[in-house]
Amino acid sequence: MGLVLDFSVVLDRWQALLDGATLTLQLAFIAVVCGAAIGVFGAIGRRSGNALVERLWGAYVEAIRNTPLLVQIFLVYFGLSSLGLQFSAFTVAAVALTINVGAYTTEIMRAGFDSIHKGQIEAAEGLGLSKAQIYWHVIIWPGIERVYPALTSQFVLLMLASSVTSQISAEELTAVANYIQSETYRSFETYIVVALIYVALSFIMRFGFWLLGLALFPRRRRLGTPL
Amino acid sequence: MGGALNINHLLFLGHGALWTIGLSAIALIGGGSFGFLVALGRVSPSRAVRLLAATYVQIIQGTPLLVIMFLSFFGLAALGLNISPLLAAGASMTIFVAAYLGEIWRGCIEAVPKQQWEAAEGLALSRSQRMIKVILPQAIRIATPPTVGFMVQIVKNTSLASVVGFVELTRSGQIINNSLFEPFIIYSIIALVYFSLCYPLSRLSRRLERTALHKKPALA
Repeated sequence: MGLVLDFSVVLDRWQALLDGATLTLQLAFIAVVCGAAIGVFGAIGRRSGNALVERLWGAYVEAIRNTPLLVQIFLVYFGLSSLGLQFSAFTVAAVALTINVGAYTTEIMRAGFDSIHKGQIEAAEGLGLSKAQIYWHVIIWPGIERVYPALTSQFVLLMLASSVTSQISAEELTAVANYIQSETYRSFETYIVVALIYVALSFIMRFGFWLLGLALFPRRRRLGTPL
Repeated sequence: MGGALNINHLLFLGHGALWTIGLSAIALIGGGSFGFLVALGRVSPSRAVRLLAATYVQIIQGTPLLVIMFLSFFGLAALGLNISPLLAAGASMTIFVAAYLGEIWRGCIEAVPKQQWEAAEGLALSRSQRMIKVILPQAIRIATPPTVGFMVQIVKNTSLASVVGFVELTRSGQIINNSLFEPFIIYSIIALVYFSLCYPLSRLSRRLERTALHKKPALA
């Protein structure tokens, strides 16, 4: 058969694609913000010195990191509904993605917090800072600063992984693509366009995180290198 | 509908698990071979080859595996190529794994100390001799822990082959669920099987990493 690519029918639906991409970014945003919060608490828990707390956070991290996101999404989706709770697909998707990225963030942040030299903490103690102050000024921010590139790539991977939530019919970009290809029978063109949108989104996200890094870590900006 | 989970269901899941392992092996072998070429391309002396390899990595790492799966299954079918789920899933995994392993291995090749490159050059080894006899043996040692770690990602990502109808572990769970409708139990079992496949790999990767940290390379 003759190979004729026709992108126009796909591009005509740019409005739907734009809506899907927006939803993808919304999902990623919610999961990144909540996941980062989980990560900070998780990393603190993982190095709390309390064996039970460390075990529990460790179990959470290992359980999430060694099972596929797709299965996690199904478990959250059917788990919540078997408890009699009905949520929209978007909520379920956001919850599942948050739980997922929280585990990875915990592990990355723990590595960052562990990399803070003991002398720094002792110096802070010597200056009479409270425990909370030490955590905030000496461990959390400098720790995050060191692992910021790893966090950034993890968050971009999360945005890409959010495509999996199309399987519980959250109306994000991949779900929109499935809909368009079933309507137009132009599956090759549809998925090419969507793949390019994802590539663009990941570039936008990386650029955004780079800017955010400049704003969050002025020291790094001045020195031009991570600490 | 209905009925309880019985031994036949579990056998069916076991069959699916075998395909998960099989697809992971295909992905590792296919993606590994192709990824090796990508890694070599990334450190090639030719600027054009470097650019080509980098573009490949950027595009694949910026695209979700799910979309790559759809692209090779529905997309190639729409172009008139008849493609089986196994072929679509295997090809997608290969393309996907090659981009990530290629990038990991590039890092490992570049992590071989500069003096080794210079010494090999000083001994008048040709470029291929230098690669094969000096750089790669050392790079392989550096590459082992992250490669084992990435195998966890491979096993987990084969779950996405379920969307193109490839009956691996997740898909066989979905099929059983369609007749029993006990999603929570079935997906818990599936999660457990994945965990028992992945956790040993995670542990092994971490152990290799630790021993690699303690053992300084013999030549440095």
